[in-house]
Amino acid sequence: MLARRILTRLLTTLVTLLGVSIVVFVVIRVVPGNPIAMMLPPGATQADIDRLNALYGFDRSILAQYFIWLGGVVQGDFGTSIQTRQPVLDLVLRRLPATLELAIMALVIAVALGGFLALTGTRLRGTATEGAIDVGNGMALSIPDFLWGLVLILLFGVLWPVFDISGRVSPSLVPEFYTRFFLFESVLRLRFDLWLDLVRHMLMPALALAIPLAAIIGQLLKQSLKETMHLDYVTLARTKGYGENHVIVREALRNAVLPTLTLIGVQFTFLIGGTVIIERLFSYEGLGNMAIDAVINRDLPLIQGIVIVFALLFTVINLIVDLLYTVLNPRLRNA
Amino acid sequence: MLDARDMVKRRLGLRLWLSGGWLVLLLLAALMAPWIAPHDPLEQDLFTSRLPPFWMAGAEPGYWLGTDSLGRDVLTRIMYGARVALIVALVAGTATMLIGAALGLIAGYYRGWPDMVISRLIDIWMAFPPVLFAILLIAVLGTGLTSVIIAIIVIDWTRFARVVRAEAMAQGAMDYVASAQVAGQRRLGIMLREILPNVLPTIVALLTLEMGIAVIVEAILSFVNLSISTDDPTWGGMIAEGRTSIHQAWWVLVFPLAALFLTVLSFSQLGEGLKDRFDPVLR
Repeated sequence: MLARRILTRLLTTLVTLLGVSIVVFVVIRVVPGNPIAMMLPPGATQADIDRLNALYGFDRSILAQYFIWLGGVVQGDFGTSIQTRQPVLDLVLRRLPATLELAIMALVIAVALGGFLALTGTRLRGTATEGAIDVGNGMALSIPDFLWGLVLILLFGVLWPVFDISGRVSPSLVPEFYTRFFLFESVLRLRFDLWLDLVRHMLMPALALAIPLAAIIGQLLKQSLKETMHLDYVTLARTKGYGENHVIVREALRNAVLPTLTLIGVQFTFLIGGTVIIERLFSYEGLGNMAIDAVINRDLPLIQGIVIVFALLFTVINLIVDLLYTVLNPRLRNA
Repeated sequence: MLDARDMVKRRLGLRLWLSGGWLVLLLLAALMAPWIAPHDPLEQDLFTSRLPPFWMAGAEPGYWLGTDSLGRDVLTRIMYGARVALIVALVAGTATMLIGAALGLIAGYYRGWPDMVISRLIDIWMAFPPVLFAILLIAVLGTGLTSVIIAIIVIDWTRFARVVRAEAMAQGAMDYVASAQVAGQRRLGIMLREILPNVLPTIVALLTLEMGIAVIVEAILSFVNLSISTDDPTWGGMIAEGRTSIHQAWWVLVFPLAALFLTVLSFSQLGEGLKDRFDPVLR
């Protein structure tokens, strides 16, 4: 039964991805303004234009273009960027690690911060502190990452300039690493000076992405904890003489954490979506920043590639969360 | 016994008034901007560039919140920017609600193939990073107020569709719907007369939330210079300009940011407050 569930999910994921590719293709082909004309110097002959059109396949019908492109994608060929004339896949893969590191750092911050707020709120329930946490969460929730980013730039870039608010790494320190996962590889290579520089650059954009998610986690986890605290087995643990901290962390948390886990999965995709504008705001050299440049330059193959990679990331995360939920939830295991 | 938590929360009864008050103030400023704004929003004067706000040394009278690097009055531009923000909030918010809620109702109540098509579309939409999608749409549609509004509708209808679909589904399974069916009402009638009124509080709360989101999306688009024409004052455009001169003239960033912050917060707090008011259980 589990295998069948997984298979159905895989199939719907595939349908979603196909749908995404069709939507992107349709939207992009409506673009007025010929990207080829922008590549050529003024005074180029019609023959030159035709040759380039043929090279990028723009002279075929839209349907034919779609299937040629799709055929390439299946084989790992995302086409060639019009702006830089490099393979799209190379460009995307060079930027993807930066975005993934940023998103994961934001996720870790959000879970730590949200978990701390939920546990504190539960431990001090009924006090003014809990009320303050509720109010703070409510406000943090309704302000999106873009605004938090600007606030953080003002606070820690200008008012009290302790963090870098521009770029991914100081220009003098750009490493010659094997992978583009600088943060990860700098630890493996024990380059802690570099690691610190990376963190100084990443912390503010990551925090901007993390604040709304931390508020959501704090709110939901606290609510689940509250419901669990009334259950018999928690009361039993209390009568056994365990302290309140032990009861919350060791007994209640274990049963309360499941709804939050599912929520984190869905919200993580929203967080990754947020990297697009946050990277722009902090001039962080990730995929999102490149995407905005690609749109402004009308680099069609690059836009297609980036959107597909984002969609792939989103659907894979949703798939993993779904399957994880099936495995973790004992009630669904035999369903 | 008085719960200390309640005291903190009770003070929030104010929030409906505070957020409503800010939005009314903003609306008045936007409507009357041509008559009450101290300057022309596009008037440039390099002799008065980067003037600080009124309480700082070097401030000029008449330029309350200072000027930007081209000598344009910040307060005036915030008032004119409020026009764009509020038009987008009202028009895009309402249109998104109408389309999203209609699709959600149909999917949730009729089920069957309409639900299958709409749910699949929602899945596909959820796989797009919304900001990137919006920027892409503006690149295709061209800049301008109409394009911004269309882009917001296209990316955000799923927010209403998802929630309304789930609610309509839950309502559709209830006894009163079954008895209306037995009484011989037509399905369209049941959907509009029985289900819709019960889903309406949720839709209204989502609407105010969506208005705040529309304001943010417009600000983001004008921040990357893809909203309305670059000359017209927008909060996002002012923020983008302020970001580049942040170390020389912080006020060019801070004041439009504060306006944006308060507006988004007010819309969402208004929604929360209205939801509590409408909620029959809490009332």
